[in-house]
Amino acid sequence: MTPSLLYALAGAALCGIGLFGFILISHLLRKLLAFNLMGSGVFLVLVGLAQHRSGPDPVPQALVLTGIVVAIAATALAVVLIRRYYHLAGKTALDDAARETLRDQGSRQVREEPGE
Amino acid sequence: MSRILRSLSVASVCLVFVAGLAFVIWEISAVATPVDLPARLAENLERSSVENPVTAVLLNFRSYDTLLEIGVLVIAGIAGISVARTSSLEDPELRTSDELLYALQRWLIPLMLLLAGYLLWAGSDRPGGAFQAGAVLAASGVLMRLGGIPMDFLRPGLMLRLGLSLGFAVFLLVAVASALHGGEFLAYPPEMAKTLIVVIETVLTLSIAMVLLALFVSAPVNNAEEPEEGGS
Amino acid sequence: MTLLLMAGLLFTPLAWAVLTLLAGFRRGRGITWLGIVIQVLVSLALWAVVAGEGGFQYPLGGWQAPLGIELRVDGLAVTFVLLTALVAAASGLHAGFYLDPDKQWHRYFWPLFWFLWAGLNVVWLGNDLFNLYVGLELISLSAVGLVALGGQAEALRAAIRYLMAALLGSLAYLLGVALFYGQFGSLSLSGIAFALSHGSAQGAAGFALILMLFGLALKTALYPMHWWLPPAHGIARSPVSALLSALVVKGSFYIAARLWLELEAPLGSLALAQLLGILGSIAVFWGGWQALRQPKLKQVVAYSSVAQIGYLFLLFPLTWNTTEAVALQAQQAMTLQVISHALAKAAMFLSAGNLILSVGSNRVNALAGVSHFLPFSLFSFGLAGVSLMGLPPTGGFAAKWLFLQASLATGQWWWLVVLVGGGLLSAAYVFRVYRASFVEDSNIDHFFHPARRLEIIPMVLALLSLGLGLIAEPVLSVMALVFANGEGT
Repeated sequence: MTPSLLYALAGAALCGIGLFGFILISHLLRKLLAFNLMGSGVFLVLVGLAQHRSGPDPVPQALVLTGIVVAIAATALAVVLIRRYYHLAGKTALDDAARETLRDQGSRQVREEPGE
Repeated sequence: MSRILRSLSVASVCLVFVAGLAFVIWEISAVATPVDLPARLAENLERSSVENPVTAVLLNFRSYDTLLEIGVLVIAGIAGISVARTSSLEDPELRTSDELLYALQRWLIPLMLLLAGYLLWAGSDRPGGAFQAGAVLAASGVLMRLGGIPMDFLRPGLMLRLGLSLGFAVFLLVAVASALHGGEFLAYPPEMAKTLIVVIETVLTLSIAMVLLALFVSAPVNNAEEPEEGGS
Repeated sequence: MTLLLMAGLLFTPLAWAVLTLLAGFRRGRGITWLGIVIQVLVSLALWAVVAGEGGFQYPLGGWQAPLGIELRVDGLAVTFVLLTALVAAASGLHAGFYLDPDKQWHRYFWPLFWFLWAGLNVVWLGNDLFNLYVGLELISLSAVGLVALGGQAEALRAAIRYLMAALLGSLAYLLGVALFYGQFGSLSLSGIAFALSHGSAQGAAGFALILMLFGLALKTALYPMHWWLPPAHGIARSPVSALLSALVVKGSFYIAARLWLELEAPLGSLALAQLLGILGSIAVFWGGWQALRQPKLKQVVAYSSVAQIGYLFLLFPLTWNTTEAVALQAQQAMTLQVISHALAKAAMFLSAGNLILSVGSNRVNALAGVSHFLPFSLFSFGLAGVSLMGLPPTGGFAAKWLFLQASLATGQWWWLVVLVGGGLLSAAYVFRVYRASFVEDSNIDHFFHPARRLEIIPMVLALLSLGLGLIAEPVLSVMALVFANGEGT
């Protein structure tokens, strides 16, 4: 067991914690934080697993740098959208029944849309 | 009750997932990889004209990824300014007139600019590079804005859009120039590789800082709205 | 020559994204049209080159895989590049007339449009797993930006939901990439396939493949992970909906299909293949049923996409452990289904946009009497519908015919139920729209007439989709061209 492998296993745990939060939390900002937690977990797996055998490996390090920039871009876009959504709708969750995301929401929501 | 049940079921799914993932990681860690990429990288490092292997991967071996990654950042920037207040990005309410912050700024900002420059310069032979430098630069911009120092270039005009796209555009021009010389897209001529990489790094630093700062500044939103098609 | 073509293909969308970012809406429109011409010509030329000489590998920056990123330019890739050029050109032209130039935020449509196009080309040509991830993110973020562009709370809600689903899908994919890199030390897809065929450990890589397929299925909106698609595709501007339904969901599906076709022999399993096929079948029925019940026109079309995407997933059971001939048939069926659905669905969304523009309402019932005033757009809608139903001689028919033959050849007769039932359901929801538009007792007499050029574009797409069945032969012969795939580096 090298420290790198420990990082990779910690990354796996972070992925799980993040996934738990991402599914259960309906507050959008916290959901976004859960996503970032999951992202960090994936990056840890990427670097830890590759460096476990042969020591420092610049390729996954570069990949993670790219991945971080992509994650920052996605997070920033999400924050801007969430902020605007909050401004217009006054809500911090997608809807009151956001807990049931995995069931078919599309159709129900269409029928509930008011005023047309 | 159903809520607890739901949490429990999600938790058990996540636990199973983590256990599976950990098991797979353990399995993988036990066998050797068929391809030894770090060794190949070390062999070719000299041809890349950069001494720091991470920078070499980012800006030479896998420069296409980096080009696209800056594209992703620019997209986020565009989406950010597209929902921003259209007349001015300066919101007086968000400024503080805190004496302490102001005094601190006079110390911190020159130091941060210096640090950004150092990170950029260090990128060629040790950890550092465009993104780290850009992040520090953006942070000093955020401090300046909080301290109420006017930054006219952040109004959503041509200047802002130029700043957003500058790094990306230069990178792209270098990429296509090498292709026009008969090589592949992004293949730098060996004798100019070092110069080109330094130029790209520098403009990328500015652009990355600009995008991050624009995204921070554009958080206040406009009231202009587009109705749904056919919606009354 | 080929080198220049490749440089043009990669450079134009990115450069045009920058140019249109600097210009306003009207100037951006002019610049975009020039770019569309270039891009269509380059795609056609590249398609012709590959059709004539076969495919090739293109090492970016001159670095071979696995050290650098190599693009694979084969028949399937250039077919999709050309399809993208056609559909994106149509949507871009339509958007130029359809979007209101006086709204401040519409100027940002053009750069996002070009970034989306660039991302799609990255995905079609990609052979490097991490590069494909960046391509996916390029597509997702620009697509989300387009959905949210200037929108109200409802559009933002759809955009945020879309973004969350897309991000989760990308992360699952990236985790799979991390495991693959850890195991094989390479990111090149053909390199990994080569290592696997030479007996590397397989159990762990199977988990990585499942993770990646899950993430990509989520991004492709496979039932039951489709919940984000109808709101996003239904509420976006019509040219954007056309791009999203015709091309964007195909991007993630294409990666899943490429992964499966390269890696199914060592890593796939009967259960996984059948599971994907069954979920696809449920999607066909569920999507069709929901489309039948939607009150809004564009929601009908959006649910129809959920159904049509379902057919694509028949590829998985029909290529697992089957003979070369059957597997090729299934691949051809998948390709034709992607092309015909892309053309038909773009035609449908664009003509739906025209219909909505003319009656000023997005409800199906509001179409009453529109058959008198806007027969042209209604006709395009119907023609596209014929292709979705799978009647001869459309591309949809050719695709289903090939799926049918592949199913029979493998003895998997149960997919026939899906092919027939799905066609009937599509007929039902297309006729529902038609019935609404032929209702006579309408009190509305203030129809707005969209410009003729807005009506021609969906018509052309619908005709292409209709005629695809007739020219399927040459399209399929190019699609199957592979380069002499030497030892995967």
